[in-house]
Amino acid sequence: MSSINPTLASLVGEIADGRISVVDLTNTLSTDFPVIVLPSEFGQCEPFRMETVSRYDGDGPAWYWNNISMNEHTGTHFDAPAHWITGRDVVNGTVDAVSPKDFVHPAVVIDISAEAAANEDFIVTRPFLEAWEKANGAILPRHWILLRSNWSRRVGTLSYLNLRDDGAHSPGPDADAMRFLVLERDCVGLGVETVGTDAGQAAHFDEPLPAHSVLHGNGRFGLQCLTNLDQLPTFGAVIVATPLKIKGGSGSPLRVVALIGRPH
Amino acid sequence: MTARAPREKRDPLARKKLCHVSPGQRSRAMHAMAARAAMGRFVLQTCTDCGTATYPPRDACPKCWGELVWSDQDNGATVLCKTMIRVSTDLYFRDHLPWRMGKVTLDAGPVALVHLHDALEAGERAEIRLMLDRGGNAALFALRPGERQAMNDPQWREFVVPVQGRTVLVSDARSAIGRAVVEALHRAGAPLVIAGLPGPAPASDVTDALFGLDGVQAVPLDITDSVSIAEAISKIAGPLDIVINTARHVRGGGVSARGNLVEQRRAMEVSALGLMRLAQACTPLLAGRPSGAFVDVLSAHALSGDSQFAGLAAAEAARFSLLQSFRHEMRAAGVRVLSVFTGPTDDQDHQAVPSPKVAPGRLAAEIVDALANGREQTCVGEIAADAMERWLSDPLLYAREKNL
Amino acid sequence: MNRSRAAYDGVVVCAPVTVPYRRFSPEPAHWWAGRAMRALRDATGFGPADFDGFCFSSFSAGPDTAVGLTQHLGLSPRWLDHLPTGGASGVMALRRAARAVQCGDADIVACVAADTNQIDSFRHSLATFSRFSQDAVYPYGFGGPNATFALITDAYMREFGVTREDFGKLCVAQRANAMSNPLALQRRTLTLDAYMSARAIADPVHLFDCVMPCAGAEAFVVTTPEIATERGLPGARIMATIERHNAFPDDSVQLRGGWAMDIDSLWGMAGIGPSDVDTLQVYDDYPVIVAMQIADLGFAEKGKVADFIRNTSFGIDGDLPLNTNGGQLSAGQAGAAGGFQNVTEGLRQILRQPLGQQVPDAEIAAISGFGLVNYDRGVCTAAAILEARQ
Repeated sequence: MSSINPTLASLVGEIADGRISVVDLTNTLSTDFPVIVLPSEFGQCEPFRMETVSRYDGDGPAWYWNNISMNEHTGTHFDAPAHWITGRDVVNGTVDAVSPKDFVHPAVVIDISAEAAANEDFIVTRPFLEAWEKANGAILPRHWILLRSNWSRRVGTLSYLNLRDDGAHSPGPDADAMRFLVLERDCVGLGVETVGTDAGQAAHFDEPLPAHSVLHGNGRFGLQCLTNLDQLPTFGAVIVATPLKIKGGSGSPLRVVALIGRPH
Repeated sequence: MTARAPREKRDPLARKKLCHVSPGQRSRAMHAMAARAAMGRFVLQTCTDCGTATYPPRDACPKCWGELVWSDQDNGATVLCKTMIRVSTDLYFRDHLPWRMGKVTLDAGPVALVHLHDALEAGERAEIRLMLDRGGNAALFALRPGERQAMNDPQWREFVVPVQGRTVLVSDARSAIGRAVVEALHRAGAPLVIAGLPGPAPASDVTDALFGLDGVQAVPLDITDSVSIAEAISKIAGPLDIVINTARHVRGGGVSARGNLVEQRRAMEVSALGLMRLAQACTPLLAGRPSGAFVDVLSAHALSGDSQFAGLAAAEAARFSLLQSFRHEMRAAGVRVLSVFTGPTDDQDHQAVPSPKVAPGRLAAEIVDALANGREQTCVGEIAADAMERWLSDPLLYAREKNL
Repeated sequence: MNRSRAAYDGVVVCAPVTVPYRRFSPEPAHWWAGRAMRALRDATGFGPADFDGFCFSSFSAGPDTAVGLTQHLGLSPRWLDHLPTGGASGVMALRRAARAVQCGDADIVACVAADTNQIDSFRHSLATFSRFSQDAVYPYGFGGPNATFALITDAYMREFGVTREDFGKLCVAQRANAMSNPLALQRRTLTLDAYMSARAIADPVHLFDCVMPCAGAEAFVVTTPEIATERGLPGARIMATIERHNAFPDDSVQLRGGWAMDIDSLWGMAGIGPSDVDTLQVYDDYPVIVAMQIADLGFAEKGKVADFIRNTSFGIDGDLPLNTNGGQLSAGQAGAAGGFQNVTEGLRQILRQPLGQQVPDAEIAAISGFGLVNYDRGVCTAAAILEARQ
């Protein structure tokens, strides 16, 4: 006899009839999707590459398939704690060891799109977050923090990576903001539309690359290159993010979706 | 600046004109002559016993049956007689009739049949250039003394790769070499230079003056990505005549020591597989053109392993090998494949390398010159020329010397 | 060395046959060779078992040589020769067969040249004609022999003051001779005006300076006087022959051929001079080569070939009946058979078996061959003097 848990039954029922909508937060993985650029003395991130093995042709008359290659941090992707030196000793810090329970978490969406539009190097600070909480309500524990910057609208233009002589220019948090989110608000991780969780110029901060450093040092995750955050409510969306089970991997390209329920 | 000839336009209803190739069968000795012609040398066989110079190429000295070796010769000559061929059964020459040819006495001794410049008459002095014909075989062309080129002579143009009126694709115009090549081609009169720009793309691309030139068109192009190549080529509305592959990934490192696999793999992706991807995508376009050419810029490291640049040397050696195969494939299509070897270039890739280094502008000028002279193989700079000379004379010794 | 040469005693040349030419033929060279053997049988009564010598010349029988032809034609000869020498092969076959018969190595030798001409086969045979041609001639415009002889003609005209009109006179005379030959492929009247106004092929060579490649076969028999008499075959004796290859290699342009090296040997052995010759059959792929043979064989005074042409009539009833069947220029050039035509036509005239008009009182024929442009010139030259056997 088959039976289904009533909650799950209700969930799939509401997805089926549209009362819960599923929003795809993933950018298309294509060969021209930009990857993060590091100074040239460092190793570089491989972009997505695809070579056709066969396409109903002599190499495979009835089937079509491709060989693909990329970095773990190419396209819309997940950062595991082991990605950063601060997280190297985190238990279960590699992508294959992440608890499946962490694949599903609710999210808080913080809209910084106006600020980012006004200032490409906009820094999310602790005072900014405190002011945001006053206006929107408290950030709840065990939530993904999603920074809606509208940066995904720049995909396909040079202004997405926004590389200039002095490096990339894009918004992100400073160290105090990160400590606030991780230590005081116990977030699951930080999700952003930009190519990295850190700001474009974050290598030059007093505490460089604070998002990576603080998140991963405390066993938290990152999600990058997200899109469609403008379709999410400030509170109430549930994120499903299941990275590939790469042995000892530091991160993974993945499909990220959000479940949104209609307000009751 | 040279006047810019307009790009070719075609009657859309006319059937495409087939490009034929000059007759191709040759003796082994003649192929040996072609291998030297490819380097722009003027050579004849001479006898090690009696010193007699001989032509056509033989396998024994006709005077004393001594051993024949190739040697550089004075290229002066006197025209003996001439004809204008107006009927030919060969498909290639039928497309190019009438064809002027003649017979000369070479100052070096032998007589030779030659392609004759349209102003030369019997009794006149001439300078003989050892060229490669459309099929890639050695051919003697008589020019007037002191004349470097004869671009107004349609017969001469069959032996070289004109830039005027032609569309050129530069695979990596982001590097210092690539930028110099784009600029040189533009100055040489190419009406359209497609400047391929691999990622990551800085915001300054849109304001870059070079890519804003009239007749220069920047397109995203990364030869490690077949999709990118296909898209770049799809943006060329019209024929593509010349491809210049300037892409490479220069990083130091050895095999066991400091061998960064990610970088070396990238070098291989660019140098070897990148060449294949680019060749596969461009060949159908080039093959239909009257003077199609593929120029590949490769490092003199291709000639031998180098423990300081092991991955680059291996990648460039692979590229050299592929280029030879590609050249052979392209002979039947009449597409000339040119190798331009360079020593270290004066750019950010070679900051740690002492002088002499090749200025990107000089490399670009040599590429334009190689096209104008139809030269298959060029060494730019003292280091590349020295490497080639040593490699040709004793490859095993060269491999040792290079790693001392 | 001044060793005297043995006379061709005990040798008779007879039974000249021509298999009528065709512009193009779907049949291979072997078919044409078979037709030639049938014509020899009809002329002599000799069958496959009778021929104990076989000499074959062809460009288009590949991959076969004379060897393959023996089995193909059912011959079991005790003497076999294959001649790849094209335009010189007729006289060379004659010389070789004559010595074989004279020395008893063979009694009855069939000398056969046969070539076919299929659509486009000319282009293919050109492309692989010789290594030097493939390396250093055809890549220069692929004009074929037209271009090679254009260069020679250009230099020859300047060197000896020969004009296009002079060449035209030779071509017009040969065409007039061809008009009585029912087998000639080109028998329409050719005027000097038409010659002069023809289109250029490879300057200064124009249309009527060029032969028409075709399919055909020529053959003759070399045997002993006894056998010829027994069979009632009219024949000729060989007064003299010469042969030379790659003469004057240091001449930058071929302004003379091997005949010039051996002219004294030819006339010395024959015991006569050019003025004793009743008809001259020379190889005529281009009129410049006709002029060269007239000069090199001593018919014209040295350096005065232009004057000789202007002052001589070359018709069948003229001062020097030349290429009386029309030559290759009018009868057609059937490959290697073009190098046999001079022998068969010379024989016919002195044996009084002409295809067309008979040269009056012809007793002595001079025959000259020229073959194989390996690079920039014809390499093989040969000549023979034949006299009708009484």
